[in-house]
Amino acid sequence: MIDLPILLAVADSFLHPIGPVAEEQLKHLNFVMLITLIAIIPPLVATPVILWRFRRKKPTGTYRPNWDSNPILESLMWGVPLIVVILMGISLWKITFRLDPYRELSDAPLKIKVIGLDWKWIFIYPDEKVALVDELIVPEGRAVEMILTTDTVMQSLRISAVVGQIYAMPAMTTKLNFIAAEEGEARGMNTQFTGEGFWKQKFPVYSVTDEQYNKRMEEARKSSLSLTPETYAILAVQGTSEEAKKPLGIADQVGPITLLLPEVNFFERVLARYWANEPMTPETQPGSPDYDPTKSTLPPAPSEPMMKM
Amino acid sequence: MSESKTESLHPGLNLGEEHGEDHLEAETSVFGFWVFMMSDLVTFGMFFIIFASSVTALAGGPGPKELFNLGSVAWQTGFLLLSSLTSGMAVLSLKQEHADTEVPRKKLILWLLLTALLGACFLYREIADFIDMAANGGGPTRSGYLTALWSLVGLHGLHVSGGILWCLVMVVGVMVRGVDRRWKLAILRWAIFWHFLDVVWIAIFTFVFLGGLI
Amino acid sequence: MEELLFGKLTWDSVIIVQEIEDPNLNTFITAGAAAMIPIGGVMIVALLWWLKWWKPLISWVTSVDHKRIGVMYIIFAVIMLFRGVVEGTLMRLHQATAIDGGFLSADHFNQLFTTHGTNMIFFVAMPFLIGLINIAVPLQIGARDVAFPKLNQISLGLTGAGGFLIMISLLIGEYATGGWTGYPSYNGKLVNPGVGPDYWLLSIGLSGIGSTLTGVNFAVTIYKMRAKGMTFMRMPLFTWTALATSILLIFAMPPLTACCAMLGLDRYLDFHFFTNDMGGNLMNFINLFWMFGHPEVYILILPAFGVMSEIAPTFAAKRLYGYKGLVAATMCIAVLSFMVWLHHFFTMGQSTTVNAAFGIATLLIAIPTGVKVYDWLATLWGGRIRFTTPMIYLCGFFILFVLGGFSGVVLANPTLDYQLHNSLFLVAHFHNVILPGTLFGILAAIHYWFPKMFGFRLMESWGRLTAGCWIFGFSVTFLPLYSLGLKGMTRRTVDYTDPSYVPLMIVSGVGSLFLSLAFLFLLVTFWRSIVNRKKLAVPFGDPWDGRTLEWWTPSPAPEYNFAVLPEVHSLDAFTAAKEAGTAYDPVEKYEDIEMPSNTYYGLIIGILVSAFGFGLVWYIWWMVIASFLGCIGTMIAYAFLPQRENIIPAEEVRRIDEAWRREARETQGITRDEESNETNKGLARPDILPSV
Repeated sequence: MIDLPILLAVADSFLHPIGPVAEEQLKHLNFVMLITLIAIIPPLVATPVILWRFRRKKPTGTYRPNWDSNPILESLMWGVPLIVVILMGISLWKITFRLDPYRELSDAPLKIKVIGLDWKWIFIYPDEKVALVDELIVPEGRAVEMILTTDTVMQSLRISAVVGQIYAMPAMTTKLNFIAAEEGEARGMNTQFTGEGFWKQKFPVYSVTDEQYNKRMEEARKSSLSLTPETYAILAVQGTSEEAKKPLGIADQVGPITLLLPEVNFFERVLARYWANEPMTPETQPGSPDYDPTKSTLPPAPSEPMMKM
Repeated sequence: MSESKTESLHPGLNLGEEHGEDHLEAETSVFGFWVFMMSDLVTFGMFFIIFASSVTALAGGPGPKELFNLGSVAWQTGFLLLSSLTSGMAVLSLKQEHADTEVPRKKLILWLLLTALLGACFLYREIADFIDMAANGGGPTRSGYLTALWSLVGLHGLHVSGGILWCLVMVVGVMVRGVDRRWKLAILRWAIFWHFLDVVWIAIFTFVFLGGLI
Repeated sequence: MEELLFGKLTWDSVIIVQEIEDPNLNTFITAGAAAMIPIGGVMIVALLWWLKWWKPLISWVTSVDHKRIGVMYIIFAVIMLFRGVVEGTLMRLHQATAIDGGFLSADHFNQLFTTHGTNMIFFVAMPFLIGLINIAVPLQIGARDVAFPKLNQISLGLTGAGGFLIMISLLIGEYATGGWTGYPSYNGKLVNPGVGPDYWLLSIGLSGIGSTLTGVNFAVTIYKMRAKGMTFMRMPLFTWTALATSILLIFAMPPLTACCAMLGLDRYLDFHFFTNDMGGNLMNFINLFWMFGHPEVYILILPAFGVMSEIAPTFAAKRLYGYKGLVAATMCIAVLSFMVWLHHFFTMGQSTTVNAAFGIATLLIAIPTGVKVYDWLATLWGGRIRFTTPMIYLCGFFILFVLGGFSGVVLANPTLDYQLHNSLFLVAHFHNVILPGTLFGILAAIHYWFPKMFGFRLMESWGRLTAGCWIFGFSVTFLPLYSLGLKGMTRRTVDYTDPSYVPLMIVSGVGSLFLSLAFLFLLVTFWRSIVNRKKLAVPFGDPWDGRTLEWWTPSPAPEYNFAVLPEVHSLDAFTAAKEAGTAYDPVEKYEDIEMPSNTYYGLIIGILVSAFGFGLVWYIWWMVIASFLGCIGTMIAYAFLPQRENIIPAEEVRRIDEAWRREARETQGITRDEESNETNKGLARPDILPSV
């Protein structure tokens, strides 16, 4: 069951954020918890007090069997939570807009297109003409915009230490904008159940200096594999990226699979599969138990934009 | 429960005090049926919402312009509206002539059968339309739009079929057992059902058929 | 030929055969569980035959008496709770050891979390609550039965059909693995063509129809059949919450029926509601499912809130505080519950305006909920609190449920939901509101109303031990999950790789053993109480010095509930009568009572619908057609069968009732000091409580 390396000292939760979005989320969590305590502490304190004061055996409070209303208490009961909710509502409204995952965090963010498969992620860097499987590397401090889809079923890509998650769905795109402010490693994963290998769908996120980023891109461009419909069809077979190495012919390679990107619009071709007005069959649908990579084809990239989220 | 026998006990046509206990019993029975119809309305509502969100999901397949036969839809609307009228006549006949079970039942049965016949005509045209659509490549498996269309209209058609069967069962019941309390309440409830189907049809032909062709 | 007869069914579909062919620990557990079904079935038949209980059994399953139907719902729920607790414990134990692989296969674990959620919500919580509503509401409003007793029986039959499907899936075939929410396109035909998702959508879709009908039934009952003088503002709070729950059932179950039907059409007939291609849109399923799903969780909690509203005044010996506010809060919650469904999928990529709006709506619904909690605490203020089992559950509720509300407010923020969605924080939140809320309410209600149904109390000693064990078990199992969720652990994960999760996983695993123990103690409570039923008997009908109408009749309650339908002039009508000294005064006039007679209708529908569902799952078309036509035929047949009624002559009613009233007048009741003793025969003496 365990063929994933155990990752230690990896930023995995937003309790230890390494990006401004996650930092703000953490601050908001603290604010929400604090302000909600106003409503929560009274019952927590009152319960033992009341149980003690008004217990039958040795009560210390007056018995008032017919006391059933008090206007001041009513106003407080409805009013204080209402005020708390109003304050929290204002804060919620503002921060929901500020931390909109679709909002670009700078003028020219690094665009990465992501395809979710069972049970791996393909990160396409169209500007760099490479694609990485199960590895996300970004320059620290640079704004990144991910555009996501999947080719199987609904998934949810989450990088807790940096930004949180967004659903990714077949035939549609969603977006996730973030900045990794510190150098280091974070963990990303799929949080929407997709089957037996779901728990293995995790990947490292490296936030590195510009130099290291460019070096990695250079390395990747030396790869012997290209992201073509054929290699993609093999990648779309159910399994982890490690398991995909053998059928791709690189069984001895250590480290994540890297691919050249001869077609900049490859992502759009995968999307277009569901807009081709041809029904998917058990053989052509990745994720189906009868999926056959030799039968899987990709339509050409569409000339106009299709449905987007 | 209500005190007087003269007041209206439930929405819709009341049997009235001449029907004695039957009129009082109707209160709970008919009210309950209205409540059940509310849940059925929500079910239709869900299919409507799905339809509304699928109007552009043609997947390159045929759409309203290629498939709809407005003439046929007009006939269907005519049949159904007329059947609503005849069902109302049936209930009126029930109210006015059946305070006791001795009175001849011919008029009541006639109106009921007429309603069933008109409903059957409606279904016949609708099924013919469906067959035509399928022949033109517009079957329910062709696209999200067609799935939603067939399901919404089909759900309504299933309800109409159920209503016709119900009507025929009541006709047999009234012939065999006479117009006793059980069949009176059944007719009242069935009439609500039948009018409800008419209302849903109006929504369908407005938003689905007419709306689709705009 | 075989395909025509058996559809997709083969010998290999039977789990036990799989175990024989390929034995390992994983299939052993599954086969063991599966084997319990035929073995259990055989044992029950043998037991019934040995005890000669066939006639009573038939009289129960053909009964249209709301009390018996309620008890049957509850018995069904207890059996399914056994399965649910085992499933939960297995998962917790597996996850405690999962860093080294655990002992369950991935497929098994995935089915477990699916069946656990589906089972607990549809076949444990809902039957429990509908059972309680069945038992208490007609008694509380002073009626003889519900508006549509036969329909009530049919609802039970449909629920049983759903239960049949989820249980038989243990033995024949497999269940879905997509979670209780069953999203396509994972649950669609291409990715999961097996029988699992079909079992899932049929079991909940069919039983859901039964729940819709229950909603109709109780809404009409409460609207039309209240006792004379009982205006809406004189109804007990439990009846108010039952009314709100009924309204929710009427409007929220249809979306579930619709989306299950649509998924079924996709899977069986290649329709394109939720497919990836050809214009399908899986987001529609999610919207429809949660349009059902959110009101559903309020269906689960509102009756429990109603129970708290009964427990607090009764066991604090004072009036309910803030009756009007509680009614208003209940109705606010009912309405608002239809406006927040999107918070279950904030992360699906819709616009920020939409997210923020639903976030605010979700925050708003916390206000009436909070008001209710404050109102119950205020009810205890100025009272004389007795720590009976129901009160202990209420105390556990006060402390623990507010934590669940706390985490709910956190999750209501889309910003935070982007982090915490699908994590163990979410799992901790909903268990935190369901166990201390729904479950504790149910268990408290069982202790509260059990004497009214069966004529004897449950043992306090075992009851309190059980309550303590549930409270402790819940805390140890689920509170650690908050921390794990904040640290990033996701839900529905068969294994994990981060060793820092292990200590809390082990704590949680140990906690689950306490929850299993608590369930065992619950069964022991029933057993020991039955054994000691003579000592615990409370024939006069008022063991708790109750305030509402259901206590104003002997225990066990007679079939017709009240010999003479009561007339009320205030809230807490029974307390008013006791204070005026007129509670057991003789009645002048008795009349014949007409009660509906037994019928096989619900049982037949239940069996036919079970066959319908089973046939659909396995593609056994003759079974599908035959059972469908059978249902139609049954309905037509019953339309023609003469309606028989049971007439209980006035003389017999007089005899029983006069004896009860006379004895009550002549016997010395007990004060609350004796409430847990043998001397409690269900008659209350005015309890002179000192002011301080």
